[in-house]
Amino acid sequence: MLSGILVFNQKGENLIFRAFRSDCRPRLADVFRIQVISNSQVRSPVLTLGSTTFSHVKHENIYLVAVTKSNANAALVFEFLYRLTALGKGYFGKFDEEAVKNNFVLVYELLDEILDFGYPQNTDADILKMYITPDNLSSAIRSSPSHPNASSDSSKITMQATGAQSWRRADIKYRKNEAFVDVIEDVNLLMSGTGTVLRADVNGQIVMRAYLTGTPECKFGLNDQMVVDGGSSTDKEGPMGSRGGASKATRAAAGSVTLEDCQFHQCVQLGKFDTDRTISFVPPDGEFELMRYRAIENVNLPFKVHPIVREVGTTKVEYSIAIKANYGNKLFATNVVVKIPTPLNTASIIPRSSQGRAKYESEINCIVWKIARFTGQSEYVLSAEAQLTSMTNQKAWSRPPLSLNFSLLMFTSSGLLVRYLKVFEKGNYSSVKWVRYMTRGGSYEIRF
Amino acid sequence: MAVNRMRNAFAPPKKGETFELRAGLVYVLISKYFPHILTRCADLSMPTNGSTIILTSQALSNLFRRKESIQKTIMAMTLGKDVSALFPDVLKNIATADLDQKKLVYLYLMNYAKSHPDLCILAVNTFVQDSEDPNPLIRALSIRTMGCIRVDKMVDYMEEPLRKTLRDESPYVRKTAAICVAKLFDLNAPMCLENGFLETLQELLGDPNPMVVANAVTALSEISKASPETKALQITPTTLKKMLMALNECTEWGRVTILTSLAEYKASDVREAEHICERVSPQFQHVNSSVVLAAVKTVFLHMRYISPEAVKSYLKKMAPPLVTLVSSAPEVQYVALRNIDLLLQKQPDILSKELRVFFCKYDDPPYVKFQKLEIMVRIANDKNVDQLLAELKEYAMEVDMDFVRRAVKAIGQVAIKIESASERCVNAMLDLINLKANYVVQEVIIVIKDIFRKYPGYEGIIPTLCKCIDELDEPNARGSLIWIVGEYAEKISNAGDILGGFVDGFNEEFSQTQLQILTAVVKLFLKRPQAAQGLVTKVLTAATAENDNPDIRDRAYVYWRLLSNTTDQHAPKNIVLSEKPPITTTIQALPQPLLDRLLTELSTLASVYHKPPEQFVGEGRFGVDAVQKAAIEEQIQNAQENPLAADAAAAAVQGRDPQNAQANAENLLDIDFDGAAPASSQEKPANGLSGLEGLAGTPQRVISPSVPNSSQPQAATNSLDDIMGIFGNDNAATSSAPSFGGMSDSDIMNGFAGMDLSGQSSPPPTKTQTTTSNSVKKGNEDLLSLF
Repeated sequence: MLSGILVFNQKGENLIFRAFRSDCRPRLADVFRIQVISNSQVRSPVLTLGSTTFSHVKHENIYLVAVTKSNANAALVFEFLYRLTALGKGYFGKFDEEAVKNNFVLVYELLDEILDFGYPQNTDADILKMYITPDNLSSAIRSSPSHPNASSDSSKITMQATGAQSWRRADIKYRKNEAFVDVIEDVNLLMSGTGTVLRADVNGQIVMRAYLTGTPECKFGLNDQMVVDGGSSTDKEGPMGSRGGASKATRAAAGSVTLEDCQFHQCVQLGKFDTDRTISFVPPDGEFELMRYRAIENVNLPFKVHPIVREVGTTKVEYSIAIKANYGNKLFATNVVVKIPTPLNTASIIPRSSQGRAKYESEINCIVWKIARFTGQSEYVLSAEAQLTSMTNQKAWSRPPLSLNFSLLMFTSSGLLVRYLKVFEKGNYSSVKWVRYMTRGGSYEIRF
Repeated sequence: MAVNRMRNAFAPPKKGETFELRAGLVYVLISKYFPHILTRCADLSMPTNGSTIILTSQALSNLFRRKESIQKTIMAMTLGKDVSALFPDVLKNIATADLDQKKLVYLYLMNYAKSHPDLCILAVNTFVQDSEDPNPLIRALSIRTMGCIRVDKMVDYMEEPLRKTLRDESPYVRKTAAICVAKLFDLNAPMCLENGFLETLQELLGDPNPMVVANAVTALSEISKASPETKALQITPTTLKKMLMALNECTEWGRVTILTSLAEYKASDVREAEHICERVSPQFQHVNSSVVLAAVKTVFLHMRYISPEAVKSYLKKMAPPLVTLVSSAPEVQYVALRNIDLLLQKQPDILSKELRVFFCKYDDPPYVKFQKLEIMVRIANDKNVDQLLAELKEYAMEVDMDFVRRAVKAIGQVAIKIESASERCVNAMLDLINLKANYVVQEVIIVIKDIFRKYPGYEGIIPTLCKCIDELDEPNARGSLIWIVGEYAEKISNAGDILGGFVDGFNEEFSQTQLQILTAVVKLFLKRPQAAQGLVTKVLTAATAENDNPDIRDRAYVYWRLLSNTTDQHAPKNIVLSEKPPITTTIQALPQPLLDRLLTELSTLASVYHKPPEQFVGEGRFGVDAVQKAAIEEQIQNAQENPLAADAAAAAVQGRDPQNAQANAENLLDIDFDGAAPASSQEKPANGLSGLEGLAGTPQRVISPSVPNSSQPQAATNSLDDIMGIFGNDNAATSSAPSFGGMSDSDIMNGFAGMDLSGQSSPPPTKTQTTTSNSVKKGNEDLLSLF
């Protein structure tokens, strides 16, 4: 499997070099530097030279590189590199050059633990934090032989790390048992210049924060009608299929949502989900992502955008952008940011907007229109006129799509609702559950 | 005064990084003399009275300084500085109670053990002690590290600790020990087998802990890949059951391992295959995309044996997870897309309803965009083609040239794939021509040429194409347009003028275009003899008399003779204007055997490259050839890093002085040529040989007098094979090539390097021609050690 993990900064300096097999040589660092970092022509994340394969991922200002010599599992390699960045974030807040430089000992220690002979082991941050701690002092205490409880503590930890519920400690106690469920949806839209929806879907995630005593077994219910079992997916006749339309309508009327696909945290018993569609699990302590899902039917688009962009000759572009909020007037979206691309040779723009603030930002070639609070059912307009400088070689403007970012509380684009969350525990305590919904703009793009 | 200064100058430098690091590392000696301090400071949680606090803090600062020095050493190591000189000093710090420090020392050890194999023995004691520590973390750490210290002496001491840890009470230690067996096997396979570790590992498949099972599977599959003859991983109904049980409980990475092993397992009957599919398919819902892909792979491979209805339902079930992969991180997405491409080639309609998820986002990296384009074309059908065309047109108007070209190409592929959509595609392309962007026009012309090859009826658009003639500067686009003109010569009134323009500049064209001009003019002549009489003579003269490209000359002569042939009037027409069968597709498809092969490699690099693994990975890491290759590489690397020392070392090993080594180099040179001799006796001298002679500048020696001996020397024939192999004349089967085959490249390279050397320094060494085969072989070895 993996022969080594290398970390570089943007200048190509090798920050971390950890070989797991004898075939990972120090000079490979130079090879990668020359072939990838100082080569602007790289167009693939995997590069094989001779029999050595470099798979890299760029995160913040560092390159994370996995070296493999065999026909390795590429998906696993990239997943692992991303897990490594997640782990880094979990440990240092931000996983960038500075964090790596300041904590390089810890990074080595982590790598030693999560990879053995190039095979990934437990990469769960919560468990790792139990025995690999940033705080040197505490680990010194833990490992000192004179400390009577040290080895028994470690035994517990290792049991934990390898147990069937490797994600949860056994002896968790809370005075108040609470569980918070956040349903967060990223709605993606691609709308053509003529106003037809080319693509609209929802990537949702359900994040849970569990503060529950003992080993609680949770059951979780949504208002979904899973098509994942395949039986009903025959009526997904595409967006225009009349049959699909009819069944959609009936389902929407019944108040249920069709989830295209869902993925679960490792604590969820997949077998059980497969047989009777119940989501049952023993949650890790604290915050974790319980599930991710995808929905493509009945996507409620929170904003409708009508862009009118006219190029007048070669020196002027006229903009008139109207945005309407398509949700109930009791709700309001916050941090609405509209990015309206302008030609590269724009000299000046003075945007006027009926609400919020709009500013031309030349470094990203966009008019950035910010609306702090966007009440439901209201409509705002921006108009602007861009003056262009004349250029010697007139290159066509590619007209990148207009993009929208926002967050909207208590609204789900897919219509998903949490029906219930039941907690069963030996102690039979009562617990308090909170549910929150939020919809955000994922890649919400409108062509013009 | 002056003397003092002199003395200072000659004294060993007191500065420099290494010196400072050493000072820091040795600081520990203080604590050696005050052992009580150590115990105190190690236990900070104990309440201490005033006096000990002072002592403790003092010792602690030493401790911290020592640790800091080790950290700095590791830092220097990472930066590529050679800090192996500090080995003894670092080693002194191994027996510490501080786990962090221990880990650092171990890290250093793993890196530099090879440079001080003798000193490693000093660490053995600590390792063995640690492997019996009450703390499972330390036990695991010691066994994990021991396996990574690739020194023979260490391996000798591994047996006992490994045996104990494999039966440890803590699953954490057992899972680490399981992997360690694979490490040991890599280092010393016979020892691993003799001690029965393999059997112990196989027993671990029945371990109650899922992670131990997963790691045992990992280790076993690694071992059986390295040397299949051990039959390390044999799945029986019992182990199958264990693996399926562990699948639902172990970590995500363990699941990937188990799934991959299951995919390689051949189910004994239909029921077993059904059972595996049933148990594996829930993993489609896992959040880790490599687990999803591994599950898809397993189900896809076992599906072959089960009933068609079940296959249908599994295909349906795997579609949504595959689509979900497309919204993951770009690199993962890329791997997923490449795999989806493979799956679609086998099962073209699994994702036909999902076209829209493959629409490119504006900020997708190019490699993802290109792959999405290919997939969209694959799943295009007459239902979604309108949507697809609109999208492709959108892409064709972007600014990234490469992407635009591929988008245009995709439109062409769709036109050829779906007949009913061809007209819309052609119209779309005409719209694009009107945009007048040079690179778009060129690509459109190339694509339209292919469309004509399937639908000859679209000749109405030819005038539009001909208008762009001045904008074409790429040989491919020019060639395509000329081909169109030649093909429809009878319908284009000014075909003569157009081609005339090209003929005038014939000698400035690329050879590819020249060939097209030639053919097109001949076609024109055959269709309208009067109009092109002069033109055809002109172009044939230009192609034969003024051109020095043999391909073009030859083709021109063929046409010339064909046209001047008088016996059969229709021959030229029958040949040049013969009806060509319409093309069926321009979408690239892998050949069936390769596709089937790649489907067994889903989610690996092979599936990303769409190439069988042998093409980019050397054969097994443990194969004979690979080992030899590695040895040579290592020598080369040593030589590069330190040519003098390597030279001396090589000489020392041979028991010769450097002078002799030089002579060896000459011997080496001759190997290739001595080796070549049997070739001449076995078969006619291959072209390749003469190529080599030319390079070496010593053609005479090919026919060397050592022919009679040449049947014996293995090394000699084998270098011959290497040469032959390179020139495509593969007689490897007759000799021992398989054992040396892997090194052919380096062999020849070495050969050349050696030639240069001796060519300058000595006259043709005639003595070597009489060398016996024995010395030839020796020479080869010398060569290996030299380079």
